[in-house]
Amino acid sequence: MNRQPKQWRPKPNRMELPTFVWVIIKAAVLAGVLLSISNLAVLGERKVSSWIQGRVGPNRTSVPIIGSIPVIGPMLTRLGLFQPVADGLKLLLKEDPVPDHVNKLYFFLAPVAAMIPATTTVAVLPFGQIITDGVSVPLVLADLDIGILFIFAVSSLGVYGMILAGWASNSKYPFIGGIRSSAQMISYELSMGLSILPVFMWANAPGVDSGLNLFSVVQTQQGAWGVMFMPVAALLFLVSIFAETNRLPFDMPESESELVAGFSTEYGSFKFGLFFAAEYAHIIVGSGVFVVLFLGGWHWLPWVPMHVEGLLGAALSIGVFLGKTTFIVFFFMWIRWTLPRFRYDQIMKLGWTMMLPLAVVNLIVYALIFALLDS
Amino acid sequence: MATKDISIGDVLSRSSDYEHELDTEKMTLSMGPSHPSTHGVLRLILELDGEVVTKCEPVLGYLHRGDEKIAENMTYNQFVPYTDRLDYLAPLANNVAYAIAVEKLAHLEVPPRCQAIRVLVSELARISAHLLGLGAYAMDTGALTVFMFTFTEREKLYTLFEKLTGARLTTSFTRIGGVARDLPEDWMNEVKHFVDQLIPVLDEVDGLLTRNRIFVDRTKDVGVISKEDAISYGLTGPNLRGSGVPLDLRVDRPYSGYEKYDFDVPIGSVGDSYDRYLIRMEEMRQSVFIVKQVIEKMPEGPYYAEDAKRIFPPSKDKVMSSMEELIQNFMITTQGPQMPAGEVYFEAENPKGALGFFIHSKGGGVPYRMKIRGPSFCNLSILPKVCIGAMISDVVAILGSLDFVMGECDR
Repeated sequence: MNRQPKQWRPKPNRMELPTFVWVIIKAAVLAGVLLSISNLAVLGERKVSSWIQGRVGPNRTSVPIIGSIPVIGPMLTRLGLFQPVADGLKLLLKEDPVPDHVNKLYFFLAPVAAMIPATTTVAVLPFGQIITDGVSVPLVLADLDIGILFIFAVSSLGVYGMILAGWASNSKYPFIGGIRSSAQMISYELSMGLSILPVFMWANAPGVDSGLNLFSVVQTQQGAWGVMFMPVAALLFLVSIFAETNRLPFDMPESESELVAGFSTEYGSFKFGLFFAAEYAHIIVGSGVFVVLFLGGWHWLPWVPMHVEGLLGAALSIGVFLGKTTFIVFFFMWIRWTLPRFRYDQIMKLGWTMMLPLAVVNLIVYALIFALLDS
Repeated sequence: MATKDISIGDVLSRSSDYEHELDTEKMTLSMGPSHPSTHGVLRLILELDGEVVTKCEPVLGYLHRGDEKIAENMTYNQFVPYTDRLDYLAPLANNVAYAIAVEKLAHLEVPPRCQAIRVLVSELARISAHLLGLGAYAMDTGALTVFMFTFTEREKLYTLFEKLTGARLTTSFTRIGGVARDLPEDWMNEVKHFVDQLIPVLDEVDGLLTRNRIFVDRTKDVGVISKEDAISYGLTGPNLRGSGVPLDLRVDRPYSGYEKYDFDVPIGSVGDSYDRYLIRMEEMRQSVFIVKQVIEKMPEGPYYAEDAKRIFPPSKDKVMSSMEELIQNFMITTQGPQMPAGEVYFEAENPKGALGFFIHSKGGGVPYRMKIRGPSFCNLSILPKVCIGAMISDVVAILGSLDFVMGECDR
């Protein structure tokens, strides 16, 4: 590769040369945004739980200079907006104990294995659109034709983080947590995959060949949103992402009142932080996928189109998308702080004897409906 | 190429050859003494086949302080603070049970106001203990918010206790022959206000748990204790009544004037963890009912037995002005309340069950031997039986539903 001095180039040429650099920058920005949102989600969780429980939540942490700005500083402090920074720094600066009895290599690998799928799936998730000259282009890192398949493939790798953590910890509570998580995630992946097939059948109406592309799914929801005529599928998918992200009614791997801290019992410091961040990143991506598939993505209201061209439209669409995702994330938290936890065998029973048959029936019914409509 | 015929018989016989290979190894899991849901320092050695418990062995004694021996080395009144530390979730009820036991030894009848105050504080203690018990139970099953709701109420109750006794947890409120001090002014109104606002909170907890499908699934038919087992293992309190045995010492052997108040005793039908939850829920409502009646009927008069000159010290202003009372005060403070020789056993219906004190006295101000029957200890004795066949999550639910306190188990 011969480097040339920096100079003005015509547009196509400029895009051609540094494509991979450009992609890396975009990916880094996207991962950074995802991680900072998941940090904020941790704060959100603490605040939401405190509101639900009649507490105040984090309201003390402050940053020297910003915190002393007259009105804004105390307000931000009371909202706890500096808390994520303190939490993150705490995890980063703490001593990182590694117990003697662990399998060191896998013990170190596990948090990484948990983190990577969570940040990778966001690559194919369209989070907005930009309309130039009447043509809408998705705002997405990689507009794959196999979008949803990629998400499933990668996110199902997330279970390795937990199994590895449970195994490498070489300790009984993490071990049980790891076993539970693997069984649970594998069981719910089936109903998760089956529940969304009707959406793609619908998106791939005769004459349209959009494959498993997520952008085209959103575009087909300009009128009615997926949740309106596929409520069962939406419910199944929502429950499945609860199970896939290990949130409370389904938080078997952790179940802190039984297994102490489940698979992450032996972890401390930033390794634990990675698990923690991965969990929230998973929740955010899962909510994003739900919004894309069932809640109309960046369409702000069903049947009410919003065609704003240019950057303003892009910003609006991102805003709408983030707003909906935030609502789903809030829903996750709301459930967590309201419901008790299932028992392990009840989760299995629910997954295999209710969710899976329901998903299959749901798939068949929609397949028949679409076949009738098409003929 | 020849194919081998395989009959079903072959397959069956071959599978039986490999049967031993399918046998799984059992795992021993030590749950506690430091575990989020063993409520203190209980340790269970669980033998697990997968997730199913095949053997459960409770290990006690991590909190043993030798309370019974300590009692032999101090006067009756000096032991009152130690009773706070038995069931430390309902110290007032322990104080009352202990005082009544010693008074029974002295054949001493306390005045009606003192009795009413004791009933009032016992019932408030019951509410506070059940609030925590239920909250922790819900937390064990994963519902964290219920715990915060009930704990908030308990906090208000503690503020009331603080106003009454000067301490939030270690109340040490009773003395032999009376209580430490009379009710503060307007205190009863505050209690009334508290119990009035408690009912909506209980309704909210009710709404969160009672018909919650997950909670019901987790607790129904889990940890079933039959009537016979409950009796033969010596269970008492809500755990016994959950199994359908209508035994409540407040009704069957009324003490401290419980016969004057009208209340129901809830009884379970199945004896599972869910029944025990329902019973505690209803007992709190009944306690509120009793508290209201006590406040309404609160008699006037002295709050200690004035005529028991050898047991209860006189009031300070008399000590300062009269020789007789000064000597009385001096004798009781140095020698302890004077008891006759004899043996006595008294049980009170505490939040966790029947708290019993057996006192052997040879006269004087110090017991020769004191035995404490902790209800939690007896309630836990059924664990090895009830945990078998349960899953790990069930063990947690059973522990929560038995609602024990280690301070009382280990004494």
